[in-house]
Amino acid sequence: MLIFDKSRTGRRAFGQSPAFSADVDDIPESFRRKTGAALPEVSELQVVRHYTRLSQRNYSIDTHFYPLGSCTMKYNPRACNTLASLPGFSNRHPLAPASTGQGLLACLYELQEMLKDATGMQGVSLAPMAGAQGEFAGVAMIRAYHEARGDNARNEILVPDAAHGTNPATAAMCGYRVKEIPTDTQGDVDLGALRDALGPQTAGIMLTNPSTLGVFERRILDIAKMVHDAGGLLYYDGANLNAILGKVRPGDMGFDVVHLNMHKTFSTPHGGGGPGSGPVGVGERLLPYLPVPMVHWDGESYRWLTENECPRSIGRLSAFGGNIGILLRAFIYARLLGREGMQRVAEYSVLNANYLMVELAKRGFHLAYPQRRATHEFIISLKQQAKEFEVTAMDFAKRLLDYGYHAPTTYFPLLVPECFLIEPTESESKQDLDGFIEAMSAIQVESQERAQTVKTAPHSLSVKRLDDVRAARELDLAWKPKP
Amino acid sequence: MPFIPHTDNDVREMLDTIGVGSIDELFDEIPEALRGVTLESVPSRNTEMEVAQLLRSRAALDAPKQCFIGAGAYEHHIPAAVWEITTRGEFYSAYTPYQAEASQGTLQLLYEYQTMMAGLTAMDVSNASLYDGASALAEAVLMAMRANRKSKSKRVLIPRSVHPAYRKTVAAIVRNQGIVLEELDYSRDGGHIVATDLPDSPGDFAALVIPQPNFFGVLEDTGILTDWAHQHGALVIAVVNPTALALLQPPGEWGVRGADIACGEGQPLGIPLASGGPYFGFMCCKQAYVRQMPGRIAGRTVDVDGKPGFTLTLQAREQHIRRSKATSNICTNQGLMVTAATIYLALLGQEGLARVAAASHAGMRRLLDAISCLPGVTVAFNRPYFHEVVVGLDKPLLPMLEYMAERDVLAGYDLSAEYPELINHLLICVTETKTEAQLDEYVAGLKEALERC
Repeated sequence: MLIFDKSRTGRRAFGQSPAFSADVDDIPESFRRKTGAALPEVSELQVVRHYTRLSQRNYSIDTHFYPLGSCTMKYNPRACNTLASLPGFSNRHPLAPASTGQGLLACLYELQEMLKDATGMQGVSLAPMAGAQGEFAGVAMIRAYHEARGDNARNEILVPDAAHGTNPATAAMCGYRVKEIPTDTQGDVDLGALRDALGPQTAGIMLTNPSTLGVFERRILDIAKMVHDAGGLLYYDGANLNAILGKVRPGDMGFDVVHLNMHKTFSTPHGGGGPGSGPVGVGERLLPYLPVPMVHWDGESYRWLTENECPRSIGRLSAFGGNIGILLRAFIYARLLGREGMQRVAEYSVLNANYLMVELAKRGFHLAYPQRRATHEFIISLKQQAKEFEVTAMDFAKRLLDYGYHAPTTYFPLLVPECFLIEPTESESKQDLDGFIEAMSAIQVESQERAQTVKTAPHSLSVKRLDDVRAARELDLAWKPKP
Repeated sequence: MPFIPHTDNDVREMLDTIGVGSIDELFDEIPEALRGVTLESVPSRNTEMEVAQLLRSRAALDAPKQCFIGAGAYEHHIPAAVWEITTRGEFYSAYTPYQAEASQGTLQLLYEYQTMMAGLTAMDVSNASLYDGASALAEAVLMAMRANRKSKSKRVLIPRSVHPAYRKTVAAIVRNQGIVLEELDYSRDGGHIVATDLPDSPGDFAALVIPQPNFFGVLEDTGILTDWAHQHGALVIAVVNPTALALLQPPGEWGVRGADIACGEGQPLGIPLASGGPYFGFMCCKQAYVRQMPGRIAGRTVDVDGKPGFTLTLQAREQHIRRSKATSNICTNQGLMVTAATIYLALLGQEGLARVAAASHAGMRRLLDAISCLPGVTVAFNRPYFHEVVVGLDKPLLPMLEYMAERDVLAGYDLSAEYPELINHLLICVTETKTEAQLDEYVAGLKEALERC
């Protein structure tokens, strides 16, 4: 039932709005609203109960193991939310003078410094509001760099075929042509193809390392040299930084610009689809182009640097300072982890992934790259099951929901057929991993013996399998009152 | 180990299963030269208690003051239930609803949100959010380029009465696609775009941006501007304050045909000021343009038994399917903020939101009536306004702002940096949160400042 179905004319959550309706007669009639706004008329308890009940129809990290590959669904410490919501932080206006925000700015400045160190970069801007905006900032900086040098023939960005869709979409948004580079049989970038693709038209390459195939790009130093020799720059997509945090730094690999996903590696909430936060770090060459604002310490106090102090900046990506409350949560997480804890992130996320991979392989699941180590994630292909039992990866995914597990990422990356990209993260215990392995095995058996059960899953949720085709064909995007 | 549950025994068993002697060995595919990071700028770990002490002491430095600054971020009462429910783990720690059957809570909420926003703006459809108001406007400009099939032009007209930071954001985001942003000046009398000043032959342009209220708090003649743009084959992008829409004519009803795209900042709907974010951008449009819209969209459908349910739809527009041909690169948006806004709108309802808007306006009117009588204060524009007003002062502004800040009042936003012609002009905002006593204190404070500074 929708909140609108619970609405009755004249009902309200009294006490949540002013007691009287102030007169607005000085605003001429012609500017005023004459029709209703389709908001529900409900009591406070009805609202609380409705949305509490809706929440219970979600799987989440707090309620379920959520091994969604490339999304890093690890525990979001509650302290991060509690402390970031302290009144001093949450009630401050973005345009209040810097003198009233020294506490916040200190946290953000220290976060900038920590991220510089963790990425091996020379400068960091916290401005981008999500990974995709970080990517945008990164590629826009690459473009600004080439343009400033008068190197205007560079109109192409290289992207491996395994890349996340945001990479080519970002390059296009920055006005670049996109050229895809194939992957070799071992999951590394095909160096021959890369060599052929490089040239005076190359502005740069966007790489995720470890890649979305769940393996570390072993010849990254060769790639960096080849791209730099061709006059291009290297962009690091931080989607998978969790696998190497505190172990290896993008700056040392030869990258010129990097974005991080705070909602992945720094454990800020995914919130049902955001807010994220995608700080960017750059090496020497791109420093002047960082997006504004950035936090500056002048020896006495903190303040924002804006367009005025950074005239070559690619500019501003939001009205104010980006997703500041999320950055504050990331800062708190970093302090709770500390130096040692940060290094353990990579160690234990990689331990969990390799354990899960080896155990699943033992149970007969086909690994996409059996000769390779897993990083913090790995891919299995259910092609065999699809062929033998006509049970697809999607069927498997839906059946996992019945067993109380959120499904891994399905059908991505696109180049492995019927795939699961599985990322357990460091915050899961061996017991929980073992439970998942048992569920996978049980579904494997079901696929052989009772395939229909798997093909029609889920059976135990608030709805059964939904009709996506109808959703797109007979668009119903907003409730309308019955006439 | 913080947030890592492994016992020594677990680790041993897991390494044995994998067939390696140590965790370090798991990194053996990484070139030796790259390993050995020290993280010297990261402090050693602290307990939750220690970190809490640090954060409390820092938050105390940022003690809130009485804030009369608006300029794109507005202080409103936020019902306790909004964030109590929004931060339930099931909303807070879920992700994008890729597995629809296990995400019905978030998906139904998004559908309800889309309904509420479409209703508020009187548009046909809404997406599930963008990052913030400024970046939503940038996306709206890009969308208008795709949606306007009549015009091949890459010109977009954008009034100077649009928030300066929005104009900068739009410029930063669209500049690499050859789009030309042409500014329209505002009237020095009214602070608005004067219809009779608009050119008869503006040449081909793809879209006109219309703010309501505009950055000065002034109400624009949206109907006339909308019809003018449509007559010249351009689309209309409305940038609106959602609270104001409870009171003001919604974009879908502007002029003869209504605006084509409506976007704006969702922060007034239950989101704390929090120094600027996270907020959320909203975007609504006419049905005809829905396939050009960026971002996630939830739709209602049925399951195999015919039971209603919800799922993400029209995904063929998005980057994970369409890659370099997607409508935008946006992936993660501002889901949690939308959760809060939906609960806020359900709690306020139409009557509640209208009362918030009316009380904000009436508070501003009360303050303006009082300060406009002070010697040295002039009201800059002679037009109807919502809950912000520009006043000119006959003395340097900065010392007066400092004087009032020392008395715990942030008196407003100094316009001179963004509008050199408005030197010593202050943009003041009042919302329903301000009591009559606080308004009186403001007046007394400003009077003193005018006398002493």
